[in-house]
Amino acid sequence: MSFQPVKFYQTGTFTVGNRLLAPEERSVQASTRRYNSLNSGHRACQGCGEALGARYAIDAAMEATHGQLIAANATGCLEVFSTPYPETSWQISWIHSLFGNAAAVATGIAAAMKVKGRKEVRVVAQGGDGGTTDIGFGCLSGMFERNDDVLYICYDNGGYMNTGIQRSSATPPAARTATTMAVGPEPGNPFGQGKFVPAIAMAHDIPYVATATVADLRDLEAKVRRAMELHGARYIHILVPCPLGWGTASGDTIKMARLAKETGVFPVFAAEQGVITNVLKIRKQQPVEEYLRPQKRYAHLFGKPLRVDVIARLQELADRNIRKYGLLDKEAA
Amino acid sequence: MDKPFAITLNPGSSLANHTGSWRTVRPIYVDRLPPCNATCPAGENIQGWLFHAESGDYEKAWRVLVENNPMPAIMGRVCYHPCEGACNRQHIDESVGINSVERFLGDEAIKRGWKFDRPTAQTGKRVLVVGAGPSGLSAAYHLARLGHAVEIHEAGPLAGGMMRFGIPKYRLPREVLDAEVGRILELGVVLRLDTKVANIAASMKAGAFDAAFLAVGAHIGKRAYIPAGDATKIVDAVSVLRSMEGEDKPLLGRRVVIYGGGNTAIDVARTAKRLGAAESIIVYRRTRDKMPAHDFEVEEALQEGVMVKWLSTIKQAGEGNITIEKMALDDKGFPQPTGEFETLEADSVVLALGQDVDLSLLDGVPGLEIKDGTVQVGANMMTGAPGIFAGGDMVPSERTVTVGVGHGKKAARHIDAWLAGSTYVAPPKHEIASFEHLNTWYYSEAPHTLRPVLNIIRRQSTFDEVLGGLDETNAQFEARRCLSCGNCFECDNCYGVCPDNAVIKLGPGKRFQFNYDYCKGCGMCIAECPCGAIKAVAEEI
Repeated sequence: MSFQPVKFYQTGTFTVGNRLLAPEERSVQASTRRYNSLNSGHRACQGCGEALGARYAIDAAMEATHGQLIAANATGCLEVFSTPYPETSWQISWIHSLFGNAAAVATGIAAAMKVKGRKEVRVVAQGGDGGTTDIGFGCLSGMFERNDDVLYICYDNGGYMNTGIQRSSATPPAARTATTMAVGPEPGNPFGQGKFVPAIAMAHDIPYVATATVADLRDLEAKVRRAMELHGARYIHILVPCPLGWGTASGDTIKMARLAKETGVFPVFAAEQGVITNVLKIRKQQPVEEYLRPQKRYAHLFGKPLRVDVIARLQELADRNIRKYGLLDKEAA
Repeated sequence: MDKPFAITLNPGSSLANHTGSWRTVRPIYVDRLPPCNATCPAGENIQGWLFHAESGDYEKAWRVLVENNPMPAIMGRVCYHPCEGACNRQHIDESVGINSVERFLGDEAIKRGWKFDRPTAQTGKRVLVVGAGPSGLSAAYHLARLGHAVEIHEAGPLAGGMMRFGIPKYRLPREVLDAEVGRILELGVVLRLDTKVANIAASMKAGAFDAAFLAVGAHIGKRAYIPAGDATKIVDAVSVLRSMEGEDKPLLGRRVVIYGGGNTAIDVARTAKRLGAAESIIVYRRTRDKMPAHDFEVEEALQEGVMVKWLSTIKQAGEGNITIEKMALDDKGFPQPTGEFETLEADSVVLALGQDVDLSLLDGVPGLEIKDGTVQVGANMMTGAPGIFAGGDMVPSERTVTVGVGHGKKAARHIDAWLAGSTYVAPPKHEIASFEHLNTWYYSEAPHTLRPVLNIIRRQSTFDEVLGGLDETNAQFEARRCLSCGNCFECDNCYGVCPDNAVIKLGPGKRFQFNYDYCKGCGMCIAECPCGAIKAVAEEI
């Protein structure tokens, strides 16, 4: 476990706060003094998972660094909806340069801070899955192999959503996007393509790699806190459902993230120096169908004919994750 | 112009962008009615008092509890807790042990000597309460707290009514009863024992009472005609249970047959067993699932060695034995005689066939309506005679202690209004917080806490209390199993999950508020509220 869960206090640590817990046992988000790094008035869609994930992660990083934080942002939804010049929702030091160079910009900032002797100032780079797994991947891998003192946070919503929902290398198989239409014998994004960047990051043997979702706030905050305790290249990959691109109800964003984790579609774990150190176990296992059915990007699987074959292949991928990462624990509650 | 190179505008905050204008659906905080509260015959705010017990403030919990019911230690023992049958938690694991927490709070209050808040002002009105049973005591308590001078006239030698003369000690120890009755009397309620009201109009006139609440109960055991020889002892259940309170315990013999299938039949059977009967047999004409007695009581009786003859009626009582006839259920579930007979040895037969009300005190009161041996009352608990109210077992009802307590409270509110020349209008009820309103993901797995049970040997030979109580640690654990259905318990979920920071946290005990300037109406707070305390309403566009 990345944090010690509290059970039996009515809701334990499942909820954001809990009046029955001591204040220090509550989440950063439960505090009225949280930084609100990404402030109200941003233009993200209703129920945006990325806006939520970014506030969760950056507030936790701000808390861990006592506000001494600089963020470099890749191009993407997060940059576009938060900062239409000259207006911004960010209440932190924040810079945007290009789509693919966020990791390099952050590396430069970290180097500059080192030269200036500003040891207390920490650097975060952030972007969506497009800017991270596709366009910025060269810079990112460079940052990893040089072990630059940067925490890179990727908000993965599985596609280029603000330009009209195009496929990225993080788009899951069978999902419909504007560039992988639901036509032909194998509709949607092909199986056997794409990449899982957390595994690639681990292959760099960097100090810290973790995955998280917006459905497990305590776990997410603990991972950011742990990342800020360490120096060198660190990577956190957060699953952030996108109501627009996934075709889900705006109120179901957290539910979708929860289902991704509970079905095994998205494994939640942490690794240090390339070795997995903890896994967030599935609490109430669900078949992948529960996760797929509410999403319009998978609607073609549930039409006529019902694509039982494709659903079975997706279930296989989830089962593979469950075996590979040990997501099931009979004793875990 | 001291801006950096190529910069022409000052940085602005996105707070200028009021995204609330996007909204088509507006979230609002609501309080929904938890199913436990909705079901409680005494109208207790169960979720409300559990809320305080969860944080360990037992005195506050007790004070919220007694706003509706002055006898929690008694309720925690004798109430059939329909609340637990309605509890939403049963769909997750098991219902919250509301009854056991109530008992803990009641016992804690007795132990710590907590007293009721006294009324701030007296109204100068006098109310006569007839009968010191659960309904009368409850009415007296509520009337006294509303500032009326209350006098209870009780025909018996001690207060408590059926709680003393009907419910056996192994279910309700008398010290508990005395303590809770005593606390009501400390409010200034005058109790006159051995004072039978023969004529209500005369008693009201003599005492200059402005109103009366009648709660004399139903104490006359119903009889059934059984051809019997002189040698067989046939008694009724109410007399047996009543005589348990006196010096001379009833002599029932070694083989006791109890005729009937209600809770009273079970009480007598278990009492007979404790008095040393070798055989205590209940004869009931239908099957176990049709039995009016509560199944857990049947189960406890069977554990103690009570036997039951299902589908049987008593045809005849002879010398030292009785003849029973086998019955069979017809298509409609009614028992029909089969013509098959059987002989059963019996030293005595106890009839537990229900009770009638002694209505003699109402003779000569105009306007009263009596139907099926009970007094008819309106929605305000008033009889046909102005100023005379009635409740408990003497009006048509389920005849449980809790229903009686509920009648007392309801009548007290209407009497209070009637004395002031107005009518009491109950506040509108919130919609029910049904299971579908909850997001149960957020609740920790936690099974029901079991209460300690007295060992079987002592259950068969003594009148010690069968069911034990919880201690502080497990009572709090049990309280914390409450899902707080429909009522905010400040888990901060709405505050945390809003992608637009449009929820304002007002601080402990003050809950939250929406900032509609920025709320886009995504509905995430509604979906992720564990207890269903947020509702979506369409915006007027």
